[in-house]
Amino acid sequence: MAQTSSTPNATPGPRKLDLKAALKEAGFAAFVTLGLCIPIIAWGTRQNMDNVLVLDPRWDAVAWAVGIVFVGRFLMALRQQGKADRKSLVRFLPHGTFAFFQRNSRVFSLFGLGFLVTFPIIAINLAGWGGALKWIDNFGVQILIYVMLGWGLNIVVGLAGLLDLGYVAFYAVGAYSYALLAKNFGLSFWILLPMSGILAAFWGMLLGFPVLRLRGDYLAIVTLAFGEIIRLILINWVEFSNGYAGISGIPRPSFFGIPFNASDEGFAAVFGLEFSPLYRTIFLYYLILALALLTAFVSLRLRRLPVGRAWEALREDEIACRSLGINTTNTKLTAFSIGAMFGGFAGAFFSARQGFISPESFVFMESAIILAIVVLGGMGSLWGCAIAAIVMIGGTELLRELDWLKAIFGNDFDPTKYRMLIFGFAMVVIMIWKPRGLISTREPTTFLKEKKTISADMVQEGHG
Amino acid sequence: MATVPLHDRPLLQVEHLTMRFGGLTAVNDLSFEARKGDITALIGPNGAGKTTVFNCITGFYKPTEGMMTLTQDSGSSYLLERMPDFRISWKAKVARTFQNIRLFGGMTVLENLLVAQHNPLMIASGFTFLGVLGIGGYRSREKEAIEKAKFWLEKINLIDRADDPAADLPYGDQRRLEIARAMCTDPVLLCLDEPAAGLNPRESHDLNTLLLSIRKDIGTALLLIEHDMSVVMEISDHVVVLDYGTKISDGTPAEVKADPRVIAAYLGVDDEEVAAVEAEVGLA
Repeated sequence: MAQTSSTPNATPGPRKLDLKAALKEAGFAAFVTLGLCIPIIAWGTRQNMDNVLVLDPRWDAVAWAVGIVFVGRFLMALRQQGKADRKSLVRFLPHGTFAFFQRNSRVFSLFGLGFLVTFPIIAINLAGWGGALKWIDNFGVQILIYVMLGWGLNIVVGLAGLLDLGYVAFYAVGAYSYALLAKNFGLSFWILLPMSGILAAFWGMLLGFPVLRLRGDYLAIVTLAFGEIIRLILINWVEFSNGYAGISGIPRPSFFGIPFNASDEGFAAVFGLEFSPLYRTIFLYYLILALALLTAFVSLRLRRLPVGRAWEALREDEIACRSLGINTTNTKLTAFSIGAMFGGFAGAFFSARQGFISPESFVFMESAIILAIVVLGGMGSLWGCAIAAIVMIGGTELLRELDWLKAIFGNDFDPTKYRMLIFGFAMVVIMIWKPRGLISTREPTTFLKEKKTISADMVQEGHG
Repeated sequence: MATVPLHDRPLLQVEHLTMRFGGLTAVNDLSFEARKGDITALIGPNGAGKTTVFNCITGFYKPTEGMMTLTQDSGSSYLLERMPDFRISWKAKVARTFQNIRLFGGMTVLENLLVAQHNPLMIASGFTFLGVLGIGGYRSREKEAIEKAKFWLEKINLIDRADDPAADLPYGDQRRLEIARAMCTDPVLLCLDEPAAGLNPRESHDLNTLLLSIRKDIGTALLLIEHDMSVVMEISDHVVVLDYGTKISDGTPAEVKADPRVIAAYLGVDDEEVAAVEAEVGLA
């Protein structure tokens, strides 16, 4: 191997592949898979008529899994032998793609913004009035909610380096604030939206105070617990939140006072249009787009302000911050509360859009997904978060569109059931391919002569 | 105390400072002064408690006993043992560097110097509220902050590397950048923890020049911990020697150099003399 690399002009030719080593590696991987599959896959459980648990052996599935791992590992080992001198294991994008995108990020931002603004029109033109609803609601609105949540959490995790596993708590606070205040006091959406944000920020501070002394793993555990506490309160305090049953009939947002319904005062009638449920969806789409852009605008602004620099400095070295006169307590609290505020906005929007909320919507899995969006996107990067949200949320929504797979795998096949499997697989691939997230480099907030991006291995991830 | 006129008061007066960690007394009844415009050196063998004294002065530790008074030119004085660390930097104007360099490695050299000006910039940005809305004079104030950073970058000869991440700089440059960052907080007293550690003779010489110019041009008093005797003897006006947490000598470099107790602490003495010297020092 050393000889071939020392003579670059000589063509490598058919390099001698070490089949035995590859087989050994593949055999080992298959063996590990077998060990893992026996308890997990080998027996399916079901209840029979008498409520007795019956075990169905599924050795064929185990054989499939082991076989796939064996062949995959074998091919990968061969590929690695052939490309030992190449750094990257998987390269399906040409070298420098991300650098190119980053250099032209302004152009792409404008392009992306243009696409987002015209998306409903494109959807209506392509899918028609009937089909567009699904695209705008399931894809547009759903993805944008997660983009916004990702950007909000990015302030806490990406900039300030405080690992927060309970972000969904603030989402829940925002959602329940809107739902309860709108239902019980009949306040309008436009008053309650900022109020939900403020209430969530207040809870962010409440969480912030006890956890200020904690760092790293301990901080993560306490925030995780906080998220669960909020959910358990919502479940158990039935008089307040109606428990598991949730809150239904939440007032929907109106178009500055004009409701979206089929009545004479409705949006369609006032503007002389034919009634369609699509108008409300389009309105919601633009609403969440505006909220997401507000989040992006504020976090970009904050990064260039002293508070944003203090967040990033805190992520780099807390002790040095204290020696420079930065009040680390206040700095952490602002990060928590501003992050929570955007979570609250998103929550208020969520409950206004759904019309029904229950604690089921605010489980730990949601926190994990939002955190995964931030981590996969690259901590601190708005573009990275947006791409990760599109891939993860859009990807899982796309699974619903894959009904044609039933023709191949039989009628029992439900692609949405594989959501978590694909999710986990995507995480593993990204972490091998780009361990610090899709966009891991850091943009300096100011510069004297030339703006140079800072490579990820210099940037600290924060210790909480 | 009241009889001492204001302008004669020392900049920093440490009285009966004691710091205990459980059963270990790291600093024992230490009293010394750092005068305005002086370079005061704190020396002593390894483990003598020098860094502990620094951590007490800059608020990273709360001393077990003792009083530390910092008197500014304006006449306002601060009791450092009662203040949290960030207020010591912001209000009492005491800045420090660290034995193992603590720069913000993932931020550029310029950003490092801007973070050091956090508090004035924070006020200029209306505690973020006005800054987010783009109201107020934050932009012009930030330009001034950048000018100040440029001044220091020129002084430490790093202006060409202003846009590089701090972690990318060579060791000697990182040391000087840390000093410049501390100076960006406009301190009246700069505490340097082994600024010459790991520097080669030429870098060490440059450092002396920088420190002397800080004292002369800016008027900041310096308090430094140093093992490099060439730095200590060459630039300091006043040396305090610590051994096992206790002050064993205090005076000009020449006086300290000739002090038998200092020689004993650094070089050791014959076994017969140990008891005599320890009795004299008060350790026995």
